[in-house]
Amino acid sequence: MTIEQMKMPQLGESVTEGTISSWLVKPGDVVNKYDSIAEVMTDKVNAEVPSSFSGTIKELKAEEGETLAVGEVICVIETETGSSTTIENEDLRGDEPEQAIEDAYNASEGNSMKSRYSPAVLKLSQENGIDLTTIQGTGREGRITRKDLLKQIEMKDLPQETAQPKVKTEEQTQPKPKVEQTSPIGTAPVHKGDIEVPVSGVRKAIAANMLRSKQEVPHAWTMVEVDATNLVNYRDSLKGEFKQKEGYNLTYFAFFVKAIAQSLKEFPEVNSMWAGDKIIQKKDINISIAVATDKALYVPVIKHADEKTIKGIAREITELADKVRTGKIKSDEMQGGTFTVNNTGSFGSIQSMGIINYPQAAILQVESIVKRPVIVNDMIAVRSMVNLCLSLDHRVLDGLVCGKFLARVKEIIEDMSKENTPIY
Amino acid sequence: MPVISYIDAVTMAIREEMERDSQVFVLGEDVGKKGGVFKATHGLYDQFGEHRVIDTPLAESAIAGVGVGAAMYGMRPIAEMQFADFIMPAINQIISEAAKVRYRSNNDWSCPMVIRAPYGGGVHGALYHSQSVEAIFANQPGLKIVMPSTPYDVKGLLKAAIRDDDPVLFFEHKRAYRLIKGEVPADDYVLPIGKADVKRQGEDITVITYGLCVHFALQAAEKLASDGISAHVLDLRTVYPLDKEAIVEAASKTGKVLLITEDTKEGSIIGEVAAIIAENCLFDLDAPIMRLAGPDIPAMPYAPTMEKYFMVNPDKVEKAMRELAEY
Repeated sequence: MTIEQMKMPQLGESVTEGTISSWLVKPGDVVNKYDSIAEVMTDKVNAEVPSSFSGTIKELKAEEGETLAVGEVICVIETETGSSTTIENEDLRGDEPEQAIEDAYNASEGNSMKSRYSPAVLKLSQENGIDLTTIQGTGREGRITRKDLLKQIEMKDLPQETAQPKVKTEEQTQPKPKVEQTSPIGTAPVHKGDIEVPVSGVRKAIAANMLRSKQEVPHAWTMVEVDATNLVNYRDSLKGEFKQKEGYNLTYFAFFVKAIAQSLKEFPEVNSMWAGDKIIQKKDINISIAVATDKALYVPVIKHADEKTIKGIAREITELADKVRTGKIKSDEMQGGTFTVNNTGSFGSIQSMGIINYPQAAILQVESIVKRPVIVNDMIAVRSMVNLCLSLDHRVLDGLVCGKFLARVKEIIEDMSKENTPIY
Repeated sequence: MPVISYIDAVTMAIREEMERDSQVFVLGEDVGKKGGVFKATHGLYDQFGEHRVIDTPLAESAIAGVGVGAAMYGMRPIAEMQFADFIMPAINQIISEAAKVRYRSNNDWSCPMVIRAPYGGGVHGALYHSQSVEAIFANQPGLKIVMPSTPYDVKGLLKAAIRDDDPVLFFEHKRAYRLIKGEVPADDYVLPIGKADVKRQGEDITVITYGLCVHFALQAAEKLASDGISAHVLDLRTVYPLDKEAIVEAASKTGKVLLITEDTKEGSIIGEVAAIIAENCLFDLDAPIMRLAGPDIPAMPYAPTMEKYFMVNPDKVEKAMRELAEY
């Protein structure tokens, strides 16, 4: 028998931790390799963790709702495989049990003093409000020494400018969203009858991402008005037949996504990301689309949207939205987005300022299509109008390129017709 | 300032005090014509004559007893025990008489006597010529025990001991006699008995010791300094009664304390030092109090290899200091 440890897997490129939303096994259960053992919630996604081993669950190391860092042990599995070799090893070492004990002792020795605090260390940490778990001990076996604390205190006393570079590097190496910052604790008074809703993992992730984007990215905003009358006519002429033939709706949104993907191809500057000392223009055009559920907001990705037909996009929108609403969306379906399109019009909005989906450079809000009197050729006409609102990262983009980009989207949409816009 | 040896500082202090005060006299085995087996009283017989530098029979009890009587009568005797090991026959006179005269007589009488004795090993003296005896006297209120480490301290403290109105045991490390040299002012000065002295300022670890071991600690501290370890060295100088304030201050300064004595470990002076630190410095301690001492065996062995094993030496001190610094 071998005891194996299941660790919190890396469930996404920037994911650093995951919350066990529910266990699918309990101690004593027999699992096969790849069987799902737990549902884990990470930044915006609920994923099932497959077992890496076949065997018997010995111990669950985390409660439901507990958040663990990637790589931390979530449960212990006793496996059947490899048992024979282990027994052999034991036989070989039969004469030297002390050796084995010593080895085990030595193995666990490395950091054994880490949480043994001397009275001096405890006193200094309390007087100066230092969290000892954040300090790297330099004493024997990782012990935190009085000197380690004195150094820490000295650092705290230094003026901000000298202390800053260290803080910055920490942020760069560990881009972990600081959820605590979402609102200063205790500012919102709770009165009798108020309902306190606990913040779920997804909500926390949304809060952290929104805060980060809004605080870090200098947002600029612009809007164009687009005459979608042709699109409305064209789509109306198709939708009945399409639904009958394909089994799902041909939405306006698919046309917009197609037009945006095509424009992004022509203006790669907009399909880019800020990376500190450089701007990365992404080769692939992967459109993140915002899909809301009652409680949360997800942004699944339509990959290579520029290579897909309107029908292909429409189908993917339908499928992704379905998965989100039924909770089946997987993390890899939410990754790799290069530009976000948000269908705010679906709930009647005619103007909105989106927060950029970090680290992308821009987000485009497709507003509601409404019939309005407009001047066409010096005459008042009834036209189907739609506003397209663009929030942009002003570090990456300037007004000129965004203006050109939006003008191009507007042009494509206004020219949409049976003649020049195949849906297949 | 002239540089003189530890033993010359002893002689200088006695001579100056005998010149200053006619009540001061010396008695002991071979202290007169011979000038002492270590030459600590060299030249005094010629200078002050046989009535002030008295050769005694080989009877330590008598040496101490005569001293007690003379002191009670207003003299200032300096009694020499040829080796600290030989003090044992005099213990009754020292502990039951000298130490208790003032208390027993309700302050009517006192015993302003100094008993000098060379102690310590490392000179191939084996069991009768190597012992550290301070712990035997270190729970006898009424006694003071001074154990200086440098020629400067020897002169200042021996003069203070001679002028003290109560009995003082003055233990001189025999290996330090000609090994340790230092600057000693030619003029008259005294150092306070009961006060420890910081011999080196440091931040990382505190070493508290006395006698020859002070020099081992200072040598080791010098080596450690090149590795970025800064050691604070406190010389107790008076081992009874102890300078509690200085001990607490030195221990609290770094929170890591190494106590060193050449004496056998259990029941030694440093056990009391450890108790003072434990009583007063709990919340400043960053490591368990560490002790370096001789092994708990009956006597200093004669064989050089075994004597080396018994003795505290610079290497052992350095190793212990390093270990504590790394903790």
